[in-house]
Amino acid sequence: MSALYRLTATETRLFFREPMSVLFALAVPPALLVILGAVPSFREPIPDLGGLRVIDLYVPIIVALGVALFALTGLPQQFASYREKGVLRRMRTTPVRPLTMLGAQLLMSAALSVATVLVVLATARLVFDVGLPRHLAAHLAAYLLTISAMFAVGLLVASLAPSGRSAGAIGTVLLFPNMFFAGLWIPRDSMNDVLRTISDLTPLGAAVQSLQDATAGHWPQATHVAVLLGWTLVAGGLAARYFRWE
Amino acid sequence: MTIIEVDNLVKRYGDHVAVNGVSFTVDQGEIFGILGPNGAGKTTTVECVEGLRTPDGGSVRVHGIDPHGGTGELPHLLGAQLQTSELPDKLRVGEAMELYASFYRHPADWRTLIDTLNLTDKIDTQFRRLSGGQKQRLSVALALVGNPRVAVLDELTTGLDPVARRDTWDLVETIRDQGVTILMVTHFMEEAERLCDRLAIIDGGRVVAIDTPAGLVARVDDRKRVRFRPSAPVDRAVLAAIPGVTAVERAGGQLVVTGTGNLLLALTSTLARQRIVAEDLRVEQTSLDDAYVALTGRPTSS
Repeated sequence: MSALYRLTATETRLFFREPMSVLFALAVPPALLVILGAVPSFREPIPDLGGLRVIDLYVPIIVALGVALFALTGLPQQFASYREKGVLRRMRTTPVRPLTMLGAQLLMSAALSVATVLVVLATARLVFDVGLPRHLAAHLAAYLLTISAMFAVGLLVASLAPSGRSAGAIGTVLLFPNMFFAGLWIPRDSMNDVLRTISDLTPLGAAVQSLQDATAGHWPQATHVAVLLGWTLVAGGLAARYFRWE
Repeated sequence: MTIIEVDNLVKRYGDHVAVNGVSFTVDQGEIFGILGPNGAGKTTTVECVEGLRTPDGGSVRVHGIDPHGGTGELPHLLGAQLQTSELPDKLRVGEAMELYASFYRHPADWRTLIDTLNLTDKIDTQFRRLSGGQKQRLSVALALVGNPRVAVLDELTTGLDPVARRDTWDLVETIRDQGVTILMVTHFMEEAERLCDRLAIIDGGRVVAIDTPAGLVARVDDRKRVRFRPSAPVDRAVLAAIPGVTAVERAGGQLVVTGTGNLLLALTSTLARQRIVAEDLRVEQTSLDDAYVALTGRPTSS
C-alpha cells in the first residue's frame, strides 16, 4: 500500500513537472467550455433540442474529452516511454509488483481527470447556468464506465506502441475520430443514422450519450453500457495479453 | 556457505545460444566476477540470476530461492544495478531514493546511503542533470536501498573517469565489508584483479575458467622476466646457472633473464656478489591480461 501511495505521489509530481502536458490535459477542457460558452447563439434555447441549449449538449462532450485526453495521450506515452527507457525494467528487480506501477498511473490519471471534470461541471453551472447532472449515481456510473473503457484503450496503445513517441502519436491520431464521434464537431443529435450508429459503437460516443442521459436524469442505455464494457474487456484483455515490461 | 548457485544454465535467443551450460557458485561475503569479451553471455547470465530472464535450461538458486519461482522473495534479498536502466528524467535523487525505499520491507536509511555515495548535495537534482558517474552511483544506491544480502553489479564502472572508477571500487569493498555478497560483471582487467576474490571467465556462452585472479595467472604461466642494464659486463653463463633461470638474452644494452620461482632475489644476490649494479631494473610478470588472452584467445576490450 505504501509503495502504491508513494508511486502515485511521485508520478503525480512528475506529471506536474511537464508544463505542456499539464496544460494540455487539465486546461484544455475548461478552456474549450469557456470558448464555446462565449458564442452567444450557443446560449439560446433551441426548440429542436427540446429547449436545451448547445452549451448544455457540450458539457458531457467536454467531460468525456477530459477523460480521453488523459487516456489516449498522457497514459500511453508515459508508459511506453518508461518501457523504452528501462524505467519499468529497473522496477522489475524490486519487490514492487508491475501491477502496482500500472495502478499508480491509473489512479493518478483518474484523480486528475476527475478534477478536470469537477472544474468543467462547476464552470458550466456557475458561468453558463448549465444544470448539474440530475441523476448523480447514473452520472457517476457513466463516468466510471467511460474511464475504464478509455483507459483500457490507452493501455492497449501503450502495449502495442514500440516507443514513447509513437505511443503519443498513435494516441493523438485515435483522439480525433473519437472526438468526432463523441460529437465535438457535430453533436450526436445532429448526426445522421449511419454516423450515430458508428458513434454508439465507439467508446467516447457511448460515453457521451451515457453522460447526457444521466445529466437528463436517466440511467445509461443498455447498448451504451454494453459498448463501454465491451471496449473495457476487449481492449483491456488485449493490453494485458501484449503488455511487455521491456 | 553458498549464496548463489548457477548450474548448467542455458539461454537461447531464437537460434543463438547466448549462454551454453554455465555453472558457478558464489560464497557468502565473496566478490565474484564474471569476465569475458562482448557478447560472451555475461549480462544474460546475471539477468537470469536477477530473475529478469527465464533460463531455457539448468537451474539458478539465490539463497535457495529460484528467481523464476514467482514467490516474490528474491527482490528482497537481491539488489540489482543494471547496465542499461534509467529513471524518469525529472525525478530528483532524493525522491528516487524515497520511492525505491518504499518498495522494501526493511529498507536501509537512504540518507545514510546517499551520504556514503557522496550524493547528498545532489538530493534535489533531477536525474537528467546528473553526470554519468553520479547516475552510476545513484544506481548503486538504489540497488542497496533494500538492504540486500546479494548485490549484482553489471559493468559498474563503464563510462566513469579513472578517479570515479577508483572511488567506486572503494565503495564496492565497503559494501562487501558490510556482509553483502557481490556478483559483478566487468570487462576491466584492473577492476577484476583489484576487487574479485574469484573470477569466472566466460567466452561464447561457456565458462572457460574459474579461479582466483592469481590462480588464473598461474594457470597460464608462472614465469617472470627481469630486465636490467648491468653496470659492468656480466658473464651470461653465471646467470644461466642460477636455479630456476630458463633463459638469458641480450636486448640492446639490456639483459633479459627469464625464470620461475623467486627469480628476482636469486638474480640480485648473484649480481651483488659480482659487485654489479642492475640499473633500470624491471620485473615483468604474466598479468591477468595475459591470462585472459591465453584463455579466450583474444585481446581485452579495455
